[in-house]
Amino acid sequence: MKKIKLIIFLISLIIPLKVFALIEVDITRGNLNPLPIAVSAIYSDKETTDALKKEIKVDQIGNEISIVIENNLRATGLFNPLEKKAFLQKPDVAHLKPRFEDWSLIKAQALITGKVEFKDEKVRVEFRLWDVLAAREILALAFTTVPNNWRRIGHIISDKIYERLTGEKGYFDTRIIYVSEEGPKTKRIKKLAIMDQDGFNIKYLTLGNELVLTPRFNPTNQMVTYLSYFKNLPRVYLLDIETGIQEVVGDFPGMTFAPRFSPDGKKIIMSFAKDGNSDIYTMDLENRIVERITNHPSIDTSPSYSPDGKFITFNSDRSGYQQIYVMKSDGSRVKRISFGNGLYGTPVWSPRGDLIAFTKLHKGKFYIGVMRTDGSGERLLTENYYQEAPSWSPNGRVLIFYRETKSNSDGEGFSAKLWSIDLTGYNERQVITETDASDPSWSSLLSN
Amino acid sequence: MIFKKSTYNLILASIFALLLSACAQQAAKIDSQIQGDVYTGTDTVEYLADGVPDRVFFATNESVLTTASRDTLRKQAAWLRKNSDINVVLEGHADERGTREYNLALGERRANAAKDYLMTYGISENRISVISYGKERPVDSGSNPLAWSKNRRSVTVKAN
Repeated sequence: MKKIKLIIFLISLIIPLKVFALIEVDITRGNLNPLPIAVSAIYSDKETTDALKKEIKVDQIGNEISIVIENNLRATGLFNPLEKKAFLQKPDVAHLKPRFEDWSLIKAQALITGKVEFKDEKVRVEFRLWDVLAAREILALAFTTVPNNWRRIGHIISDKIYERLTGEKGYFDTRIIYVSEEGPKTKRIKKLAIMDQDGFNIKYLTLGNELVLTPRFNPTNQMVTYLSYFKNLPRVYLLDIETGIQEVVGDFPGMTFAPRFSPDGKKIIMSFAKDGNSDIYTMDLENRIVERITNHPSIDTSPSYSPDGKFITFNSDRSGYQQIYVMKSDGSRVKRISFGNGLYGTPVWSPRGDLIAFTKLHKGKFYIGVMRTDGSGERLLTENYYQEAPSWSPNGRVLIFYRETKSNSDGEGFSAKLWSIDLTGYNERQVITETDASDPSWSSLLSN
Repeated sequence: MIFKKSTYNLILASIFALLLSACAQQAAKIDSQIQGDVYTGTDTVEYLADGVPDRVFFATNESVLTTASRDTLRKQAAWLRKNSDINVVLEGHADERGTREYNLALGERRANAAKDYLMTYGISENRISVISYGKERPVDSGSNPLAWSKNRRSVTVKAN
């Protein structure tokens, strides 16, 4: 009798613990309630499928586009795309009029259907977003483009769905420019590289003959500014990624670095180092006028404009160590905003204007965090051995940055990879690249 | 039994002592190569001429020249005065434990600290150019305090 009691007691002790553990996992992963969504294959009739297979070597184009959408939605952590195997309705039938009972049976709350056509050398994709519980269509749009752009259609559809369901602009039809890295640490070869936000369509923009660092997009067009050691002279360059034409920015008698565009894309703000002192300068890209913004014997670097162009946040060690400052864009009213323990670097103003993301170094650990523009409300999103240089998604919801691992005394074990994390501190993900990678910069939305 | 136990303890103790001395030796080796966070060893040092080391080392986040650094730079200045046809590039570097952009500025500041010192010992400004590599060109690829101390450096390189 006693034994039975004891066994029952043990069981009851184990079960609640397990239940508790499961709930805890959900919380730390942050996807407490990702919306179950069914992304039906985009319907493509046999004729269209065969023609596009011949044209762009993509088999089952409709299904491929739906996978682009699924992956985008899944990567947000906000949606849970359901297994296609469980779908009861065929794509073409569902696109005409879904049988909502079938979709609510598999617990889908939203459904995406669509249809591809290939006419006059152009691909036309239409899609519909359905609210399964309310049993009605809530969005329907169509896009036409050249066949090679088919992935972009998947991204644009993802953006429309994200916007309809979250009320905020998406960030899928965007690109990331970054530095591709190869070789041993002591002789690292670095190239500028660009890819779609989901890691596809990687292109290398330089050959690796000279060191290149910190590429940043112009928020208004396809220009990029970056630092190159061409002819062993570290200078800020401007590159048009459509034409490949590049030029030095300004005529400075020394190193220029840490470039970024102004929000209107008309100026470059950067550091110029001379005689052991780095100050912040701007150059107007139209009239080439150079202006000095800071004049202080300390290091002033990593400048970033507020989205309205009225303020600049930057990194300075004028207090003795690296801290974050904010000033008016003419250089007046300089104010320190970081006062926590440790060093602060790489401030970058959110496109929404309300937050500044930064790198923090404290007790041998590196953190990516955010604070309000007056320095209050500091929140650390992620801690690691080494990580830095956050860049905002155009909607200000996600940060992309790079992370390095420790190497042993022979330099083995070292890697540099891109990672992203939500502003909430949840949904941390590695962004897969072919090579090692650093210094990511997120573009604006390519289409609106 | 008691005897046996004490022998066993003795063996344990001697193993422990051996391990400890190995550790102590390792620590002593590092200690002798870093003083006050500045590298003082010669592992990576090359020579511009007999007895003229090519580099000076810095403490974390600092660009202040140590007594040893000033000594090295005086030797470089003397050598440069004797070889007036030689120009140099001072390459400033930082360790990997800082943000990339700040490290570029820090490397530039370190190389200029060395440049200023050479100039006070009579080397003309137009014989010296400066370049910062930030944390981009470590000489030791390890991720440990000794490797980092070797990488926080300004190296004087012949330009012609």
